[in-house]
Amino acid sequence: MKHLIDILDLSTEQIDGLIATANDIIAHPEQYREKCHGKKLATLFYEPSTRTRLSFEAAMYELGGQVLGFSEAQSSSASKGESVADTARIISCYADIIAMRHYKEGAPLVASLHATVPVINAGDGGHNHPTQTLADLLTIQKEKGRLHDLVIGFCGDLKFGRTVHSLLNAMSRYENVRFVLISPEELRIPEYLRQELEKNGISFRETQNLEESLPELDILYMTRVQQERFFNEADYIRLRDSYILTSDKLKNARADLSILHPLPRVNEISVQVDSDPRACYFKQALYGKFIRMALILCLLDIQ
Amino acid sequence: MIINPISNGIVIDHITAGKGMTLYTLLNLAQLDCSVAIIKNADSVKMGKKDIIKIDRVIDLNFDAVAYIDPDVTINIIRDGQLVKRKHLDIPERVEGVIRCTNPRCITSTEQELPHIFKLTDREKRIYRCIYCESKAKSKTLD
Ligand SMILES: [Zn+2]
Repeated sequence: MKHLIDILDLSTEQIDGLIATANDIIAHPEQYREKCHGKKLATLFYEPSTRTRLSFEAAMYELGGQVLGFSEAQSSSASKGESVADTARIISCYADIIAMRHYKEGAPLVASLHATVPVINAGDGGHNHPTQTLADLLTIQKEKGRLHDLVIGFCGDLKFGRTVHSLLNAMSRYENVRFVLISPEELRIPEYLRQELEKNGISFRETQNLEESLPELDILYMTRVQQERFFNEADYIRLRDSYILTSDKLKNARADLSILHPLPRVNEISVQVDSDPRACYFKQALYGKFIRMALILCLLDIQ
Repeated sequence: MIINPISNGIVIDHITAGKGMTLYTLLNLAQLDCSVAIIKNADSVKMGKKDIIKIDRVIDLNFDAVAYIDPDVTINIIRDGQLVKRKHLDIPERVEGVIRCTNPRCITSTEQELPHIFKLTDREKRIYRCIYCESKAKSKTLD
């Protein structure tokens, strides 16, 4: 593996390898403190995403490496009109690995075609966000002990939610995984994805009812309904509150349900749920750091 | 209708009727200084109607572009009045500079010099997607 642009660039064996490394880091953090000594990670964030950027930076610091970069386009050479390709070539002279977030779809791929160091896609518009998916996969593995034989519910914005699309794609490759897709009519998964699931013989069901679906789920993946995806504010306000998870609704859910959310949350999960042992979304952020550490080691070819 | 036979050149035959002009535009044949003939709606035993393009010189033809527009054409290369090569095309796996990505969120929308590259993702349905943003190809050609 040279770069990570799309989660499907990784085979399930490679994902297993990253999860194994992450688990070893969790078990023996002291053995990893100097692994990236003398190495530099460049975080090139053309749009702000404090959470993702800090996760990458924390990951690199915990490996003993250093970090440089920028956190928004205004403070970078992009504001002077430099192309992504040129930036990638130049940053390759200063850093050993690049994590790029960009508001345009495909920008990290362009960077990977011109950089001489590994490039990680840290989110490109509404397109891909593979390290979020890796964090989700590690969370499921940690919580359930497996990535196969699971019933996974996705709830909320299934139309524009890129984290949903990537996790669906990634989980479709494991044995006996079934999906329950819970969303308002307007925010159902895109047609091409539905065709893909049907073509690959993946078992899934679409529904508008969260409460009724809860009892059969091993995993519930909640998502935020984002205002910027709507042209019409009235539509946004009407749909935003449709699918809110509360302690009350959880009464019928299984005792071993795991609730995930890519964060940040607005109000789709009530804060009462935070103290429920089934809530895994803050642990998910922690696992995100560990899987990024595993990924950096893998891309830098450090054992 | 008489068009003189060519002694050195290329005949693109069996073009689906109506696609002749698309190919003419896409292949930039207007730029050539040699004679170029487009025959529209010629009678064809096999196809009923077909278009034909005759180019009076052996030019460097972008076969991927031709095959993207119409994979069923026959390409005849003629030298010294003799048919020296008859070529059938395969559906190209990847086309560069043929289709433009129209997704306004794609990196190609802000970086003008990036080559527009599409890859074949569904052979059966002949679906091409932008390598950068994975949008499905909509318009047939660069315009
Ligand atoms: Zn595109």
